[in-house]
Amino acid sequence: MTTQVAVTNALEVSELRVHTLAGSPVLKGVSYAIAPGEVLALVGESGSGKTTAGLAALGHFRRGLAPAGGAVTASPRDGEPVDVLGLGERERRALRGHTLAYVPQDPALSLNPALRIGRQIAEVLEAHGYGASGEERAARVAEVLGEVGLPADENYQRRYPHQLSGGQQQRVGIAMAFACRPSVVVLDEPTTGLDVTTQTLVLRTVAALTAEHGVAALYITHDLAVVSAIADRVAVMRGGEIVECGAAEEVLRRPAHAYTRELVDAVPDLDGGGGLPEPDGDTETLRVTGLSVSYGEHRVLRDVSLTVHSGECLLLLGESGSGKTTLSRCVAGLNEHHTGTVELAGTALAPSTRRRTAEELRAVQYVFQSPYSSLNPRRTIAQSVEVPLEMLTELPKAARRERVAETLDRVRLSRTLAGRLPDQLSGGERQRAAIARALVTTPKVLLCDEVTSALDVSVQATIIDLLCELRAELGTAMVFVTHNIALARHVADRIAVLRGGEIVETGPVGDVLSAPRHEYTRELLANTPRM
Amino acid sequence: MTTQSTVFRRALSLPQAKIGLALTAVVVLLAVLGPWLGPWLTGYDTTGFAGKPFQSDGVAGTDGLGRDVFTRFLAGGATLLLYAVLATAIGVVLGTALGMLAGYTGGRLDSLIMRGNDVLLSFPQLVFALLAIAMLGPQGWLLVLVIGITHAPRVARVARQATVAVKDSDYIKAAQLYAMPRRRILLREVLPNITGPLMVELGLRLTYSIGYVASLSFLGLGIQPPSADWGLMINENRIALVVEPWGVLLPVLAIAVLTVGTNLITDSLASAAAGREKEVAA
Repeated sequence: MTTQVAVTNALEVSELRVHTLAGSPVLKGVSYAIAPGEVLALVGESGSGKTTAGLAALGHFRRGLAPAGGAVTASPRDGEPVDVLGLGERERRALRGHTLAYVPQDPALSLNPALRIGRQIAEVLEAHGYGASGEERAARVAEVLGEVGLPADENYQRRYPHQLSGGQQQRVGIAMAFACRPSVVVLDEPTTGLDVTTQTLVLRTVAALTAEHGVAALYITHDLAVVSAIADRVAVMRGGEIVECGAAEEVLRRPAHAYTRELVDAVPDLDGGGGLPEPDGDTETLRVTGLSVSYGEHRVLRDVSLTVHSGECLLLLGESGSGKTTLSRCVAGLNEHHTGTVELAGTALAPSTRRRTAEELRAVQYVFQSPYSSLNPRRTIAQSVEVPLEMLTELPKAARRERVAETLDRVRLSRTLAGRLPDQLSGGERQRAAIARALVTTPKVLLCDEVTSALDVSVQATIIDLLCELRAELGTAMVFVTHNIALARHVADRIAVLRGGEIVETGPVGDVLSAPRHEYTRELLANTPRM
Repeated sequence: MTTQSTVFRRALSLPQAKIGLALTAVVVLLAVLGPWLGPWLTGYDTTGFAGKPFQSDGVAGTDGLGRDVFTRFLAGGATLLLYAVLATAIGVVLGTALGMLAGYTGGRLDSLIMRGNDVLLSFPQLVFALLAIAMLGPQGWLLVLVIGITHAPRVARVARQATVAVKDSDYIKAAQLYAMPRRRILLREVLPNITGPLMVELGLRLTYSIGYVASLSFLGLGIQPPSADWGLMINENRIALVVEPWGVLLPVLAIAVLTVGTNLITDSLASAAAGREKEVAA
């Protein structure tokens, strides 16, 4: 970018340093600038300081953090550039929402559940004295709702947030941010938690609004695929510093910094992957027939059937609410309210773990989505990994210890971490420990429920590699539950697409990805952002 | 257990915890060492006569029967403290067990336990204790048992709430996946994760126990004469409050300092535990 002249930039952050109150640095001199109408993506993994750097643009610092040098300059639409950090709290608040706007991560948490959405948007306008009269403000509310692609009529404005879908809620959040015609908008991972189709819609809305109204947008995200879809420029952050900054196309195609390259390589790509071990495929390990689950009138699963062979990986793909977790929990024996049968190598399994034999329990193992909640915070890693052996085998203590140590080696987790508590480990290490717990009984079927969705991309890549290696080593049949179709070629041999509790399409990965038969699969593929 | 120790450490770093700890320590030391120190310091034992009634002899004068007030004051805390600690232990153990069982199991058992709790809760604690003592006579074990049992429903409510908050965590699900028996899940997976609110409850119940034992003794239904006891002393000496105030003031001060001290500790534990929860949520 050559247009680095101070006057043209809507937002300029220079040499910003932020320390914790204890004095350890969080940002070590971060500089970036955004021109009107431009989208700058601030990319980084958890702990890189991207959120701190983004919120600093609003003059906001989370509790426990304080600025320690540098400047943030924002240019309102009509007026002189303002030094945001030099202002008092009262002036800063006046600036926020008016000149600097913010779109939070989770719209469900940030909208007031007791206020109708029209009222909620009007409140922003009133707080900042936008417009001369009530009618003018009402007109602006209708206009901004139209701009984000929502119906602007009275009826719609009278809805409460819970009557909207996640994507609609997020667009209301965006409408609130754009209501006062700000010159800078900070978006904090606004599409995390939305399914891909909705994500595409929200991204388009943001792109259109920023271009149309000449708003400078700072888009904080960890998802490089999203970056390529929306950003003009990218700043890659690591350890409180910007390691690379440039045009999005340039940075993603030809990363100059080693870390950026690492990140780009770790992103699962729809077309990438391959080179998976060939499953031996002759023995049918898991067979699910006619599985249905309903809670009252609501049917979560309808007559689902699938099979997995030994050494094979089935990708169970579905959006939130598709019933994919319910399905895997039924197989694991954690959900006993189902009809239909789950067979393990020809023998039917009882619906509840309480009535399964120790051998059956050892054979089917489950890895939970979030390693932050699946390990007891008050027990050490070794203790947690030992539990299945303790409950399901007759092994003496010494033999159990030995098995735990072997399994920790197997998941490439240092034995020195065995005595630690979960909160002393990183997310990736915790997930390895959780996988070790599932593998310690050498199961025949391993159910992985969104095991990478709580992890950073580079960690996700290592966990997926690990799972693939283990599958080849142990010949375990694997069911990999996910919402991310981009992972398909990286982990799975076959795909089953779950929608509204029904399997709408199933087949080998290559076939499904290259020639999807069902409308829904086609839509998913079209909306998945590619690098 | 590091998370446990950080709660204690953070609690201790609060100034109110230090004050509370100091106050409690002073009274506890006094109560524990008092029975031995008293005769050695003053030369009288708790029931021996030191002089005429209500005279200003010695450190704190004599009581209505001419016994040395200071000796009796030193000896009067031990039983009170022992009863209070025992009653608290019974209440907290019983309440935690019932609360965890109700919270974890849910359904009919939950309703049964918690509605039974509500019935007990509808009696004022002191009135319930008075009733039991009126029926069975003022005996030490009964005092401890009745106060303990009336604590249980209050502890159970807290324990149930805390259990419900953790019971849907994935690590509990994982334990169920390995067919871990319910008792084991409660003891190993649930209990260590609800110690924060339980510690707060423990402190609170101790404070109340001290108050109740002292009140019942004051009413003549707790510890019986002629043994030395703070609650009892207040009753015995209140008629001479104007002439010889020490017989009332010393025990009152000791009880007040002790309850304020334990309360301060509890408060700081509560805020430390709340701080931890905030951190976890973030």
